[in-house]
Amino acid sequence: MWGWEQLYFNIKDGFLEAIVRGHRGGLLTVPDYNNLTQCEALDDIKLNLTATDYGAYLANEASPLYTSTIVDKCTQKLVDDWNNMRCQADETLAKFLDFCTYGHMIDNVVLIVTGTLHERDVQELLDKCHPLGMFDSIATLAVAANMRELYRLVLVDTPLAPYFSENLTHEDLDEMNIEIMRNTLYKAYLDDFAAFCGKLGGTTAEVMSDLLAFEADRRALNITLNSIGTELTRDDRKKLYSNFGLLYPHGHNELSIAEDFDQIRAAMEKVPAYANVFNKLGYGEAQMLDKLLYEEEVKRCCACFEQQFHYGVFYAYMKLREQEIRNIMWVSECVAQDQKARINDGIVFLF
Amino acid sequence: MSGSTNRYTVPPTVTVLTVMKARLVGATKGHALLKKKADALTVRYRQLLREIVEAKNGMGDAMKGSFFSLAEAKYAGGDSIKHTVFDNVDRATLKVYSSQENIAGVKIPKFESVSEPGETKMELTGLGKGGQQIQGCRKAYLSAIQLLVQLANLQTAFMTLDVALKVTNRRVNALENVVKPKIENTIAYIKGELDELEREEFFRLKKVQKNKQKVAAQELARKEAQAAEAAAAYDTGLMQDNTNGITSANLLTASNDADLVF
Repeated sequence: MWGWEQLYFNIKDGFLEAIVRGHRGGLLTVPDYNNLTQCEALDDIKLNLTATDYGAYLANEASPLYTSTIVDKCTQKLVDDWNNMRCQADETLAKFLDFCTYGHMIDNVVLIVTGTLHERDVQELLDKCHPLGMFDSIATLAVAANMRELYRLVLVDTPLAPYFSENLTHEDLDEMNIEIMRNTLYKAYLDDFAAFCGKLGGTTAEVMSDLLAFEADRRALNITLNSIGTELTRDDRKKLYSNFGLLYPHGHNELSIAEDFDQIRAAMEKVPAYANVFNKLGYGEAQMLDKLLYEEEVKRCCACFEQQFHYGVFYAYMKLREQEIRNIMWVSECVAQDQKARINDGIVFLF
Repeated sequence: MSGSTNRYTVPPTVTVLTVMKARLVGATKGHALLKKKADALTVRYRQLLREIVEAKNGMGDAMKGSFFSLAEAKYAGGDSIKHTVFDNVDRATLKVYSSQENIAGVKIPKFESVSEPGETKMELTGLGKGGQQIQGCRKAYLSAIQLLVQLANLQTAFMTLDVALKVTNRRVNALENVVKPKIENTIAYIKGELDELEREEFFRLKKVQKNKQKVAAQELARKEAQAAEAAAAYDTGLMQDNTNGITSANLLTASNDADLVF
């Protein structure tokens, strides 16, 4: 099977793989971040970014710069790259690329739905949507007056329709807390994505199963962490965990009954891969966990560039770019708010 | 004393003097009271100033912390959490109530922030990622807003007090430097005029007395002359008729006595 893959991969997807590897070369490196951390003002950051791939996007920005402007422009770069690749992609790869953006799409749908419920202006809502999660009929989401109509008229035609129909009843759509809905959808999406990658087989399945398992486990961890002390019951919590990943199923049982950080920690440390992450964390330091998880994710994403002839690189590229944008945002915020002492708390070096 | 310019134009009579004296007593009392009020306000004013400085110092740190926690939340939850939070807001959980406080007769608006419990909908925001940071951010901003309300409270009180203090001080100074001297001048003027009148009266009476004395002296002289004449006639009459007796001291015939003036 491997042999065939290597034989035929380049016929359809070789060009795009080359492109994505080229984009990877454009990611900021450690020396770049060192330069960025030395900046005294947002204009200096712009100057430093001019020498990178972001140069063209930031070049025409007028002088009173804001962090949000920089982040917007950097996101624009990712979106342009992504759309470019999406246009050139062959059928299977195109589907894969779409799958990568479903996460944003869920966020957008939820955003519009909540906005509609609170009677916000549609155009205003559309401006807030993440550009990667846009789809053609998104504007019509706001047309629906109630949830039942929303599903029947609009959501059926979106790629997310199966997630809605399989996991949510009409009653749920009306009554469910919007955050639980979002996470239920996300769980369905991750399950579906994992199944899709498994079907593709070969190196893609191998690489993606690793990345998606990490994503699923991280979500499980975050949901547990964030639901401590809230009204979310154990069963509800457990329903939001994805049905795969290294924690599935025993870890999930432990996580679902965890009541404080130490119990979560005990559950997570039973998995060797995460024990390493938690080892770096002193007791009682829940703050740094986010950064450590981001680091772990980046490590995995970088590792997947070591193999050739698979789709995982596209997913990894998106994740790395997003992390890079987060880094830039963090550096900009630290510089703008004069908090340079904390500047290294948020940067995750990519290579 | 600038004389007639800095006093009330009143007829200098005893009645007016009494009125003016009453007014002076009133002005003095009013001055003392206002002075006390001004002192009380100044004490409060200084205290407010100190509190404002403290609050402002705290404000800087609180705001810095809040904004940074927002950055942390964005880092953990992505940029879109902003919209998620915005769109989930139904009504304000923190409300500001205003009431009035009375300091030495000055009504000062007072603000109080009251956070309304029972907002559980936001609890699950950012469940998938960044929930804790969002809650942390919420707490940071909550304390920042409370500080902000407190500062607004102090500043408004400060402004109101400032105006009130200025007015009071102006009144104190006006009483001290304008009204009281004017009344005092008037009193002095009335007293002066009354003295003057009295002196004039005295002089007049003296003059009258002098006049009377002159008249009396003349009368005396005339009587003496008459007596002398009578004596002479007596002497001659005595010779003629000795029974005539003394006529000079005849009380029945004397017409009027002179008035007695003391």
